[in-house]
Amino acid sequence: MSAKTLTEKILSRASGKDVSPGDVIEAKVDLVAFHDLTGYHVIEVMEKANMIKVFDKSKLVIAFDHLAPPPDVRSAEIQGYIRKFVKSEGIPNFYDINYGILHEVMIEQYANPGQVILAADSHTTTSGAVGAFAQGMGASDIAAALITGKTWLVVPQPFKVVLEGKPAKWITGKDVALKLLGDFKADYFNGMTLEIFVKDPLSFPMDYRATVSNMGIEMNADALMFIPDQETKRYIKEMRGYEPELVTPDNGAKYVDEYTIQLDEMEPLVAAPHSVDNVKVVNELEGTPVDQVYIGSCTNGRLSDFEIAAKIMKGKKVKSRCIAIPASYRMFKEALERGYIQTLVDAGCIVTYGTCGPCLGGHFGIAGPGENIVSTSSRNFKGRMGSNEAKVYLSGPAVAAISALEGKITDPRVI
Amino acid sequence: MIIEGPVIKFGDKIDTDIIIPARYLKYTDPQYLAQHVMEPLDPEFYKKASKGVIIVAGKVFGMGSSREQAAIALKAAGVKAVVAESFARIFYRNAINNGLPVITLPNSTKEIDENSYVKIDVETGEILVGNKVLKGKGITEMALEILQAGGIMEYLKKMQTVNRN
Repeated sequence: MSAKTLTEKILSRASGKDVSPGDVIEAKVDLVAFHDLTGYHVIEVMEKANMIKVFDKSKLVIAFDHLAPPPDVRSAEIQGYIRKFVKSEGIPNFYDINYGILHEVMIEQYANPGQVILAADSHTTTSGAVGAFAQGMGASDIAAALITGKTWLVVPQPFKVVLEGKPAKWITGKDVALKLLGDFKADYFNGMTLEIFVKDPLSFPMDYRATVSNMGIEMNADALMFIPDQETKRYIKEMRGYEPELVTPDNGAKYVDEYTIQLDEMEPLVAAPHSVDNVKVVNELEGTPVDQVYIGSCTNGRLSDFEIAAKIMKGKKVKSRCIAIPASYRMFKEALERGYIQTLVDAGCIVTYGTCGPCLGGHFGIAGPGENIVSTSSRNFKGRMGSNEAKVYLSGPAVAAISALEGKITDPRVI
Repeated sequence: MIIEGPVIKFGDKIDTDIIIPARYLKYTDPQYLAQHVMEPLDPEFYKKASKGVIIVAGKVFGMGSSREQAAIALKAAGVKAVVAESFARIFYRNAINNGLPVITLPNSTKEIDENSYVKIDVETGEILVGNKVLKGKGITEMALEILQAGGIMEYLKKMQTVNRN
């Protein structure tokens, strides 16, 4: 057997044969997940096919986040329908509206290095932060995986990214994700996986990794995985109390290409409307008026995001409307204990937890016509956060926080 | 499988928030979804598509969300197939799972004009425009079996029957 990349290693184990890029395989799945908005559709597909049967109840994770708390009767109806399924099928891993966003639940509680994880949401790639091959799929594919415990895949071409050095001031995972999008554009990694090797593991913590993996789908990669290392071990031990087994690529494994990012030379980046790959250095957009700022989502709703926002907002008042949403109860509570929430509330932000609302233009902060939004979420597609005539700028937490204070897009390096 | 019809053209990076905005995702009824398909770019699209059309688009058609409603809405509106330079992986699967043929063709938007009439062989990927034959990538292997079965769930039922016999 030749030297294998992480992608090939995971998919060889999952399919029980020695795989190479381009192979069409049937892979066993380790975890399947869905949330409220896609979950009802998954169950509907199973019902219509008369195949309400989950291959292994312990391997299904359900979290309510998109319609949480329900903004209308239909949303409440959808959640009620799923609660009924949870009860009738006896699904143990269920998180109602009071826990958090599915992808955050997955990395905090379930995802392990080397696993194959499928969920009915595109940002499933987030679990790549801990070195899992994690893909989003539609309702029918997820229903089929839930019934059989398997899925079919085309083995992607692995591409290696090396992160070197320590991040420059205010640089976090979002800037790395935006750099990859700006340098390669949204179509380049189609049919590929990204495997990210962090030279100095502790310089790039799990929060940052989760953001980059999350946006792997914006790069149209099949999966984006951080090669598991001591930071992966540290994180899972801290969150769940055990040390995971690390799955890593073999020495001499072959990649289609390799790309290095120097973290210490990076500048804060922003994706301008209406495309995730329309990436600019923040000072090119300085002075753009901002009506609303959103700090949160499965992309940037973690503790380090709130730490940065609190550092910047301490003792000041926001000029733009600012909505801040930690990605889970755990994140909210920790941010509360550390005083970050107090600081944000004192600065004039609205803070809650457990919803995806604003990110997808669902509820809790819809953009109106002509408004400019700075958001730490994952997408700035036309109409994404509400009106087709709104403009969404994507940034990391530092740019978002300082822009909320100034009421216009601002370079955090002025601080 | 041969499909034919007039062409409606779109550019690169047609994302799922364009195909079907999130506010409609609380429903899965194809006819309801069809009325809102492509709404951010062209609120009249479903009327134009109703007679049966073929979409020709550029790079990563269907990028973004996993919402299967994107494929359901296009098909219900009357779109018979999508020809694009490349497809987002999730959308590609959702299309197959809902019986919407997807054909990959490099330079598709340069090779095919708006309103031209095309004839497509879904398996070989051959596209006939006037007297020009373009060589696209059709649907092969497992995806073709799933498409022919009428989607992944139908495929699964068939497999279970086969395995039982």
